[in-house]
Amino acid sequence: MKAATDAAGMNYLTSLPRRLVTLWLPLGVFLFVLLFPFYWMVITTFKPNEELLSREGNPFWVKNPTLAHVKKLLFDTAYPDWLLNTIIVSVAATVISLAFSVLAAYAIERLRFRGSRYVGLSIFLAYLVPPSILFIPLAAIVYKAQLYDTRLALILTYPTFLIPFCTWLLMGYFKSIPYELEECALIDGATRLQILWRIVLPLAVPGLISAGIFAFTLSWNEFIYALTFISSSEVKTVPVGVVTELVEGDVYHWGSLMAGALLGSLPVAILYSFFVEYYVSGLTGAVKE
Amino acid sequence: MAPGVGRRPPPAVDRILDNRNVLGVLFLLPAASLLLFFLTYPLGLGTWLGFTDAKIGRDGQWVGLENFVFLWGDAVTRLALFNTLFYTIIASAIKFGLGLWLAVLLNEHLPFKAFFRAIILLPFIVPTALSAIAFWWIYDAQFSIISWALVRMGWITTYIDFLGEPWLARLSTIAANIWRGVPFVAISLLAGLQTISPSLYEAAALDGASGWQRFRHVTLPLLTPIIAVVMTFSVLMTFTDFQLIYVLTRGGPLNATHLMATLSFQRAISGGSLGEGAAIATAMIPFLLAAILFSFYGLQRRAWQQGGSDK
Repeated sequence: MKAATDAAGMNYLTSLPRRLVTLWLPLGVFLFVLLFPFYWMVITTFKPNEELLSREGNPFWVKNPTLAHVKKLLFDTAYPDWLLNTIIVSVAATVISLAFSVLAAYAIERLRFRGSRYVGLSIFLAYLVPPSILFIPLAAIVYKAQLYDTRLALILTYPTFLIPFCTWLLMGYFKSIPYELEECALIDGATRLQILWRIVLPLAVPGLISAGIFAFTLSWNEFIYALTFISSSEVKTVPVGVVTELVEGDVYHWGSLMAGALLGSLPVAILYSFFVEYYVSGLTGAVKE
Repeated sequence: MAPGVGRRPPPAVDRILDNRNVLGVLFLLPAASLLLFFLTYPLGLGTWLGFTDAKIGRDGQWVGLENFVFLWGDAVTRLALFNTLFYTIIASAIKFGLGLWLAVLLNEHLPFKAFFRAIILLPFIVPTALSAIAFWWIYDAQFSIISWALVRMGWITTYIDFLGEPWLARLSTIAANIWRGVPFVAISLLAGLQTISPSLYEAAALDGASGWQRFRHVTLPLLTPIIAVVMTFSVLMTFTDFQLIYVLTRGGPLNATHLMATLSFQRAISGGSLGEGAAIATAMIPFLLAAILFSFYGLQRRAWQQGGSDK
């Protein structure tokens, strides 16, 4: 952050018109392109069908905003079920992954048992395994374990990409806690569990929030496992439900499709807006290590 | 916190639990068992399935290299391999260029910097499947807003069928992938840029280095290690992409946008040939390993050489 504020020191080298062309113009184009699809989602959600299908007038604005698409989505489709499923699955997978990752990261980083370094390395390798090459064998396992078409199938498989990420992130946070604190507690007769619970965890709260937010958004956004392991409408998650159930035949109901996309994106966007700093530090922390 | 934790000498069980090796294994057990059962085992099982003729609902028999021989002669698989490489190389290169540019812009002294940084990451955090639907609507053959704008400006006369022509569809899906990936690259590289000391730039400016020279000889060398890591992740995510293609085109038109991940889904889950699909997924592993080794060791060694030769 220091470098950023100091960078102002050399701004006198560039004139204002030049800054306008080299900085503000490209930045404006970037912002426009990156945000336009969201604007389009919102506008389409509230547009009545006549305006959606007409080529006359200004398409960038709504003349007669309507809630018909949202109403159809909430009352004529299984969307509320999908929303509930996504929340249940994301919360459960996040809680399980956080709990397991805290223990694993503490063991690898602070207990330094024999072979902990190799375990740390294999956790990083596990982080690089993409779901696209796991979903076929996982589908076979899920089917054999009679978990097919249940929320439990997702709750148990999401940690495969959440635990490596959270463990890796938390290892970085635990590393920054001074050993002396733990040593003092050990001398005072505290057990390792007490140290973890009363000293390390309170100091690692920012790391826990980062890992939690990240894990929750990753589970919320997951697609390929939910598409493969679930077939009944009432157990689907929002991304899969919108893609597979709202598209009927050749007639696309763009209004309710966009409403579905918007409502499904809002929870993560709102959560993200409250914890931007934690999210960014999680993202960059995981990359930097 | 309770004062005087553990006033009594701890009983024997506690002493065993304080042994770091015992405790280490105990703490690791939940995470390790879940990963072993749902990650390591499937990884092995997937490779094994690739060498069998398993179908959905039927255990397979070992068939050796039969799947791979068949896939090598299969025109659709070859096309999918080409598409995946094309998609990965083009999208990653552009994501890197635009991401680095955006990072440099955001590293300037700006008002509302934190706000800009926050909203720029939005495409990365919303569910890809849902933003892909927005792109599907933007690319629609009859009501595309891009076509509408271009017609209004008089640049074209008929609406563009973005997802209907093979090459147009390839480029359109790449554009959507870039849209989603640029924020990740930009924000990660920005974190790297912020660690570079401004005194280096001042020293270079005093020596008469132009803006471009400062970028080329100060920023880039110092940024190389983090570029290596960020681009490794970016390449991995692009190479194994599934959602975007599945939502936008399902691999069409004429398999022109099938990636290896979407093709393996189509063969294994929709088509029921688990063995064939698993073989396609297994065939992705060598490419992934090559990408990791290349960008990780290749670029990191270059950084080290540059650091070593300068001083």
